[in-house]
Amino acid sequence: MKQNVKLEVNGTAAEVAVEARETLLDVLREHLALTGVHAGCEQGACGACTVLLDGEPVRSCLVFAVQCEGERVATVESFGSPGALHPMMESFRRHHGLQCGFCTPAMVLTAIALVAEKPQLTEEDVRLALAGNLCRCTGYAGIVDAVLDVARSGE
Amino acid sequence: MKPAPFEYVRPATVGEALGALTGDEGAKLIAGGQSLVPLMALRLARPTVLVDVKDLELDLVGTDAGQVRIGAATPHRRLEHDPVIAHAAPIVREAAGLIGYPAIRTRGTIGGSIAHADPVAELPALLVAAQGSVVARSTRGTREISACDLFAGFLETTLARDELIEEIRLPAAGARHGSSFCEWAPRAGDFAVVGVALLVERAADGPCERIGAAACGIGSVPLDCTEAVERARGENNPTGSLLRDVAARARALVTGDDDRAELLALLMARALSRSFARSDRPREAAA
Repeated sequence: MKQNVKLEVNGTAAEVAVEARETLLDVLREHLALTGVHAGCEQGACGACTVLLDGEPVRSCLVFAVQCEGERVATVESFGSPGALHPMMESFRRHHGLQCGFCTPAMVLTAIALVAEKPQLTEEDVRLALAGNLCRCTGYAGIVDAVLDVARSGE
Repeated sequence: MKPAPFEYVRPATVGEALGALTGDEGAKLIAGGQSLVPLMALRLARPTVLVDVKDLELDLVGTDAGQVRIGAATPHRRLEHDPVIAHAAPIVREAAGLIGYPAIRTRGTIGGSIAHADPVAELPALLVAAQGSVVARSTRGTREISACDLFAGFLETTLARDELIEEIRLPAAGARHGSSFCEWAPRAGDFAVVGVALLVERAADGPCERIGAAACGIGSVPLDCTEAVERARGENNPTGSLLRDVAARARALVTGDDDRAELLALLMARALSRSFARSDRPREAAA
């Protein structure tokens, strides 16, 4: 049995008919074609599916879409564009904070939420906040530098 | 793997939620879902109906008659940032910050964590150490269950299938309160191997009057360690001999050849030392 769910996704109203067992991740990728949200472990461990729900980072694989009625979702697609990167994306590029790119959208969103919440960041803060986002390429140093750089420049 | 099909309901009142729970043997409550959804994704849990508590107005924090009262659906993130919690139950704030990752803490709730009763989770151990309780409601009425009677086994509580936790209660911090949650995890944000919750209340002139401690990560339920730290009662300082004694008693709580005994001893001594340090300066009593 499907039920209708109304959401605001990246600033636009969306209505989707979903099964209760479909996660927010499923709905964003399969119904709304927002493939910047990545499906990794689908059990809450890897962080690749992180999106912002009412401005706060959540694992979209651990939230059923039906739980999100009336809420505001932001995916990486709402930040910057290929021609004009968001400052966090630009900083990731500058600091070699990505290689394969699989973890990157979620890293960027987690970092944007972190800097918005706490502008005065230490390296420890960044490392703790990003501990839930696994990266198997970079070794994290470039990512941490990228986030600290944005926090310091106050962009 | 995807969860098995289920029906989702989002009642507007606690009464309706209890009705939905009673109406279907396979019904289960969901709050943040940060423990339940992974179990469903692995099909280790297959509820037929999920009853969402989101609209039941259980996201609350308050103090009343010497107690801190926390609504069951209060997310960890609020526990980390709420000024009432910071003052009246600082160990709740400290423990909440140790749970999972920021994205988990946004959604996960105190009532959910306690009802899930994972023996490696922080909040069940904290509730035992603080001698707290939960207020549980069903269609039969409301009852208060003390922490020491709540945890029954691995992922098991003494709550009936159709009972809903409305509130978590713990004693509010006094004027000479000190507490500490110390844990060790191999990776930041991962489940701790062992964690220790310890709270002291000291008299105005210094001696420790009340002390409680419990550990997560050892056994199938939170391990009440109060016996191991009793000797601190009446003491003004965590002297070397006191810390050694407490560590030895903590170590003895773990049976067999188990590396966690040494970790428990170390964390217990650390938590005691920090709690005393934090209670050195008088503060305004919380309630």
